[in-house]
Amino acid sequence: METLMSILIGVLFTIGTYLILTKSLIRIILGTSIISHGVHLLILTMGGLKSGGPPLLGIDTTTFTDALPQALILTAIVINFATTALFLVLSYRAYQELGTDNTAEMRGDENE
Amino acid sequence: MTMLHIMILIPFVFAIFVPLLYKYFNKRLHSGWFVILIPIIIFVYLLQLIPKISSGATIYETIPWIPSFGINLDMYVDGLSLIFGLLITGIGALVILYSIYYLSKEKEALHNFYVYLLLFMGAMLGLVFSDNILVLYVFWELTSISSFLLIAYWYEREKSRYGAQKSMLITIFGGLAMLSGFIMLSMITDTYSIREMFAMSETIIAHDLFLPAMILILLGAFTKSAQFPFSIWLPDAMEAPTPISAYLHSATMVKAGIYLVARLTPIFGGTAEWFWIISIVGLITLLYGSFNAVKQIDLKGLLAYSTISQLGMIMSLLGIGSAALYFGYGNEAAVYAAAITAAIFHMINHSTFKGALFMVVGIVDHETGTRDIRRLGGLMTVMPITFTVALIGSFAMAGLPPFNGFLSKEMFFASVVKVTEMDVFNMETLGVLFPIIAWVASVFTFIYSMILVFKTFRGKYKPDRLEKKAHEAPIGMLISPIILASLVIVIFFFPNVIADLLLVPAVSAILPSLIEEGVLNIHISAWHGFSAELYMTIGVVVVGTIMYLLLKKWTKVYRLYPQNLTINALYNNSLETSQRIAASMTNKYMTGYTRDYLAYIFTFFVLLIGGTLIITNSITIDLTNDAPVNIFELAIMFSMLVAAFTILLAKSRLTAIISLGVLGYLVSLFFVIFRAPDLALTQLVVETVTTALFLLCFFHLPKFKEQTQKHKKGVPFKPLNLIISIAVGAVVTVFAFSANGTQIFEPIASYYEDSYELAGAKNIVNAILVDFRGIDTMLEIFVLCITALSVYTLIKLRFSRREK
Repeated sequence: METLMSILIGVLFTIGTYLILTKSLIRIILGTSIISHGVHLLILTMGGLKSGGPPLLGIDTTTFTDALPQALILTAIVINFATTALFLVLSYRAYQELGTDNTAEMRGDENE
Repeated sequence: MTMLHIMILIPFVFAIFVPLLYKYFNKRLHSGWFVILIPIIIFVYLLQLIPKISSGATIYETIPWIPSFGINLDMYVDGLSLIFGLLITGIGALVILYSIYYLSKEKEALHNFYVYLLLFMGAMLGLVFSDNILVLYVFWELTSISSFLLIAYWYEREKSRYGAQKSMLITIFGGLAMLSGFIMLSMITDTYSIREMFAMSETIIAHDLFLPAMILILLGAFTKSAQFPFSIWLPDAMEAPTPISAYLHSATMVKAGIYLVARLTPIFGGTAEWFWIISIVGLITLLYGSFNAVKQIDLKGLLAYSTISQLGMIMSLLGIGSAALYFGYGNEAAVYAAAITAAIFHMINHSTFKGALFMVVGIVDHETGTRDIRRLGGLMTVMPITFTVALIGSFAMAGLPPFNGFLSKEMFFASVVKVTEMDVFNMETLGVLFPIIAWVASVFTFIYSMILVFKTFRGKYKPDRLEKKAHEAPIGMLISPIILASLVIVIFFFPNVIADLLLVPAVSAILPSLIEEGVLNIHISAWHGFSAELYMTIGVVVVGTIMYLLLKKWTKVYRLYPQNLTINALYNNSLETSQRIAASMTNKYMTGYTRDYLAYIFTFFVLLIGGTLIITNSITIDLTNDAPVNIFELAIMFSMLVAAFTILLAKSRLTAIISLGVLGYLVSLFFVIFRAPDLALTQLVVETVTTALFLLCFFHLPKFKEQTQKHKKGVPFKPLNLIISIAVGAVVTVFAFSANGTQIFEPIASYYEDSYELAGAKNIVNAILVDFRGIDTMLEIFVLCITALSVYTLIKLRFSRREK
């Protein structure tokens, strides 16, 4: 399972990186989202998969999955949501103001 | 905190108060009157140490600084450092007195001036009293920095900035070389204390790092003391105010290199390398400086080259004298020890007459408005006192009696003559050059000394070519040069007072073994019969006078040397070239495109993580502990891959956005499978909101195909980006493998499993978030608030440009 997950994460990173390196703002945002999915899965995988029950006390199990990566990921999801939202609004506004979402065209040449 | 430490600290502490004093008292009183107290206090303190030090005792005080690394403020006073301490404070006091009249309190930024000056004074005192080489290095660089600030004191002048930069680049280069030499020394000896290194001299000389360490340290000494070919910074440093030139660039700072060489002689001395490098560099500098001084038309330029030349002379004497350590003790050693005595003696003499000369030149500049030799002349009658001081200083520099320069010059001649008789270090081959170079250089020294005094003060008075009407300087300005000039004469008549009180302890610090054997007997006398050195002096005077009179006939030789082959041209060219290369390099990679920078970041990520994995040999692929896979999970994985590739290849935004949503929901399914119910819930909520947000912006953002007409078919294909992306993916995969295959530490998760006892929570993840790491979560909420505000502001924001 971990092996397959590692490969899947690698693919997600590859696609995300490639999208980030394009000129279109919206693709860049899509790329960051994909990479953050990859990061979340990476943290989870590194903590070991399916090594116990869910980290809830009081249910009928004695071994738990590592709760720490989960807490980290939870933080990461929320922060990632915040940045994605900001990014989106920023690109929306940039498009409104500049009429393009191409980062190469956004760059003015008057102050070069 | 001992008295010695306090004395070194006073200048630094007082420097803090100078701006305040300047602010409140400047209208009534020149700030220099406050500052002058500092060197006087320290000077008096050091004076009362003389009896103790001259009786052979030393003072050692220490304050721990970084004891765990063996770096402590070890302060050590012996004969050598005491002479420097007296010079620093004595000349310092005279220079400050002089500056009070030289720098106008109405026009100049005096607070800056005196802060830098005190900074320098403290640094220089720290330098000469430090026994710990790393502390010494810190003070050494501090002198370079304060020198830089003082040269650039009139920073609005381009030449000042150029000179300051040049001195900084050259001396800091040397300082860094010296630091690496020091580190090598401490590696060999396992100590930072200079005195402890003395005892290990034989270990050091036998070590493989001996030669590199020695050369690196000498680089520091040579750059600081303006030895050829690093001397080029000193003439440009003359852009500093004249009191500074007199103080830093002639009497004290440039002698730090001399101090270092003298200080380390017990470690390195007695080896052929040390002897040859220092003697030859010193002699070349001596000749180079005196030869070039003659062609100068700026009086300060002339003094700068003359300083270079005199420093070379002192350096060569230290080189010759180091041979004494080879001979151990006995009469032969005493002969070479005399060279060390001559070096220290001449250093004192040089500080007196050169200090006086600099001040005289400053007065001439101040009172006539020019330092150009071609415009000056006939000032003797206008400025009789200044002329007298200049005469005394110049004749001392030329090595004439009855001035102190004569004594040390004779000792110098005696040393270079004696050294030809030496039969070690292959002296029989090149030894004969020593007296020849020394004699030729002395002839030029004689000529420029005469130029300095006679071209300025004799000849025709040309008032129309001066910027101001010349008159004698105010008496306050004359006090310091008069004191120095009197010393020049007093030392000639009573040299043995200095010898007994200062020179003997200093030489015994440089050559400790000789004093124990009692072979060192320093007695300086002006007359010692018709010896070789006397004939050399007579020859210098005769040939020098003839050449001075025929000056116009032979100065053409200076034009023979091509201007573009000088060291200065080399320095300028290399500086320009390096700037040009740096600019073109920067322009190449700083494209202004974020995506290029991202590509660099990704590349470095790959190199750093991948490289670390390879170098530390930590790539492990261990499949044995893998959790089992079922068909359902495989299906999710496959779907995720499909979704991800759809996003990549989608031609329409809608497809891409929906695929991203699919991907997110599939991730939350994985969270369920991997026993993370909280994550799954959060992911579901966030994914829904994000997708909704994307779709909201959907109407406003341009279609993919609109962005570039050429690439209507979705994402453009860029091979380089693809390679980078695949490399990133591969590194992450390998990283994930290795992380699973390695376990260095025990997991700390079991601590949190007591969450019910510790925090009263049954959901461990929630307990971690809101209890164990509660502040973290609070700050996270804070981030969310900031984001929400930014989003709101961005939407509401209307640019003024549009409203117009």
